[in-house]
Amino acid sequence: MEALSPTAILGSSLILGGVGLFFAALIAVTNRKFRVWEDPRIDAVAGLLPGANCGACGQPGCRAFAEQAVAGAMAPARCSVASPDVRAEIAEYLGVDVGQATQRVARLLCAGGTDVAPNRVEYHGLRTCKAAAAVSGGHKGCAWGCLGLGDCAVACTFDAIWMNEVGLPVVVPEKCTACGDCVRACPKDLFVVMPMEHKLLVQCKSLLEGEAAERLCRVACNGCGKCVVDAAPGVIEMKNGLAVIDYARNDLATPAATRRCPTGAIVWVEGAQPLSAAATRRFVPEVAA
Amino acid sequence: MWSRLNFRHGVHPPELKELTAGIPIRRVPFADEVVLPLRQHTGKPARPVVRPGARVERGDTVAEADGYVSTPIHASAAGTVRDIGLWPHPDGSYALAIRIAVDRYSPQAARPRLVPDWTGLGPAELIEAIRQAGVVGLGGAAFPTHVKLSPPQDVTIDTILVNGCECEPYLTTDHRTMVEYPERVQLGIRIMMRCLGVSRAVVGIERNKPDAIETIRGTLPTDIDVTVEPLEVKYPQGAEKMLIESLLHREVPSGKLPMHVGVVVQNVASAATIAEVFDTGLPLIERIVTVTGRGIRRPANLIVPVGMKLRDLLDACGGVTEDAKEVVFGGPMMGLAQAHLDTPLVKGITGVVVLSGAEVKPQVSYPCIRCGHCLDACPVFLNPQLLGQLALKERWNEMEANHLVDCMLCGCCSYTCPSNIPLSQLFALAKSELRRRPAPI
Repeated sequence: MEALSPTAILGSSLILGGVGLFFAALIAVTNRKFRVWEDPRIDAVAGLLPGANCGACGQPGCRAFAEQAVAGAMAPARCSVASPDVRAEIAEYLGVDVGQATQRVARLLCAGGTDVAPNRVEYHGLRTCKAAAAVSGGHKGCAWGCLGLGDCAVACTFDAIWMNEVGLPVVVPEKCTACGDCVRACPKDLFVVMPMEHKLLVQCKSLLEGEAAERLCRVACNGCGKCVVDAAPGVIEMKNGLAVIDYARNDLATPAATRRCPTGAIVWVEGAQPLSAAATRRFVPEVAA
Repeated sequence: MWSRLNFRHGVHPPELKELTAGIPIRRVPFADEVVLPLRQHTGKPARPVVRPGARVERGDTVAEADGYVSTPIHASAAGTVRDIGLWPHPDGSYALAIRIAVDRYSPQAARPRLVPDWTGLGPAELIEAIRQAGVVGLGGAAFPTHVKLSPPQDVTIDTILVNGCECEPYLTTDHRTMVEYPERVQLGIRIMMRCLGVSRAVVGIERNKPDAIETIRGTLPTDIDVTVEPLEVKYPQGAEKMLIESLLHREVPSGKLPMHVGVVVQNVASAATIAEVFDTGLPLIERIVTVTGRGIRRPANLIVPVGMKLRDLLDACGGVTEDAKEVVFGGPMMGLAQAHLDTPLVKGITGVVVLSGAEVKPQVSYPCIRCGHCLDACPVFLNPQLLGQLALKERWNEMEANHLVDCMLCGCCSYTCPSNIPLSQLFALAKSELRRRPAPI
């Protein structure tokens, strides 16, 4: 083999070095000339944020939230995932007020666990609510009720939903960031995201009335209308056999509306929802299943 | 081999038609109540025109068509309207239905004709009469017949295909109709040809029904161009697009309808019903239903009033056996599993299959091994394997890009899958998710 000559080594080094220098210079010039100035605080705030990219604040992600926060368009408190300490830290860094944000939480509009609302048929198939709902509406007796296969618990990024012993998803308000993933996951559209101060809640979506409703679920709203009478005028309205609460008048709502409910479908919620038979069923006599 | 009329792909499920294939059609006694859902057809639900407490005779209109793609609904028994409210629907939801308490010991007497005699009528009058009579396609999809018979101006129809395949296992509704009412099938074809102004009709019948082929051949009129073609026995031979491919070697493009290739496809039962409606003068208030399966004591082919409850129908067939496990409306390949015994039979239901425990085995689903059996089975040349993987990952939009819209949920892929992956269930799910999902932001 022929030995490499020193000139060949030197020549190739110079050529490559020259090419490198040329492009370095090009990059340096481009960097100066086309530089886009970005507020360094955006990176700092994005670094402080939890990075969950959940979208609960209404922004596409944490960085978009940081941009809005730096611009002053969004108070740090609007991030429902960050702890109060983190929010305060961001506010202090930006020199703004933490701001007020209503704590919102996902609520389940069904209290029909397997103890009060039995399954009507056996379902063998994919163990997801969506798949079950695609087969004749699912295995639940009540066509509106929770199927209990836990699509929402799987969808929840924050571990805020657990399935209780009667097959209902329980939302832990402290962990819930109101991102709305469970709302999208539920094929029966049973989740709603609402402010914590909305305490009056109808935990039922069944459109059946009277006996027909109660046959399928002992804690169903049977459309009797007692709550409408007991609540302040206009707070509750009966629509298609279901009590519907007008949350625009939430400040008039009191626990009085729940007292005469024969099935316990309407509840006054402090903290987590009462989703077991013992907590919801109050005046319903024990009947053989 | 090549001369045989066939389509590509498909599967060969066991036929299991021997349970009812030889049993003559008989009439079922009236039950105490009939339930008439307002949504019994593809399109907009009908609008009720009676109130609770109203007296109705057999054949009276109880709900009128609400729009063009909609049909009226008629009382299938004389009685009193009990209630209009939510009731279990065959699709698994609760839907608005009119409940009629049937007169006890009523003769359910014949009455003056409500549908005019067909002989003197022109196409437009015939189609209007068919619309007023609430006739829908009786093969399963229940598409309003008057819409099919009035194609838009810009398409030319040259052939009517009459679908006597009945490729679903178990069912013998169309088979018995062809054997027992060949003259009605023939008259129905004649009326449809007059409606559409078409000079050629072809009846397609699978080779496993030689008696039907023979009977229909024997009654064919000589003054019009109607032929009978025996078809290969294969599922889904009776699917509209497959039938067109088999008989006419035309392919219906994706997203188009049979009329775009100059064809109207009607089920034999629909043809027979059109004839029956003009013959008896009563609107569509009863249909022929096969009640079969190893879970029913007396399998039968029955004339059932529309709106009869599943519970009453099963009782009329001797009840279910000890090990009855599942009730399916329609055939086992595409039918709807039922969760309520109170569900009424609507116009589109061809059969009730009661499966026994031995026929319904819960199966464990294994991972896909990419064997490609589903690709060889899919009659519309999709890739069910890929679609299934996407569905499990909930990537609905990508499924749409892979032509999910052409899937007709025939179930060939699920049937042939050695890993028991419930492919067609996943596709049904994907279709409903895509319908439900709001437009991407």
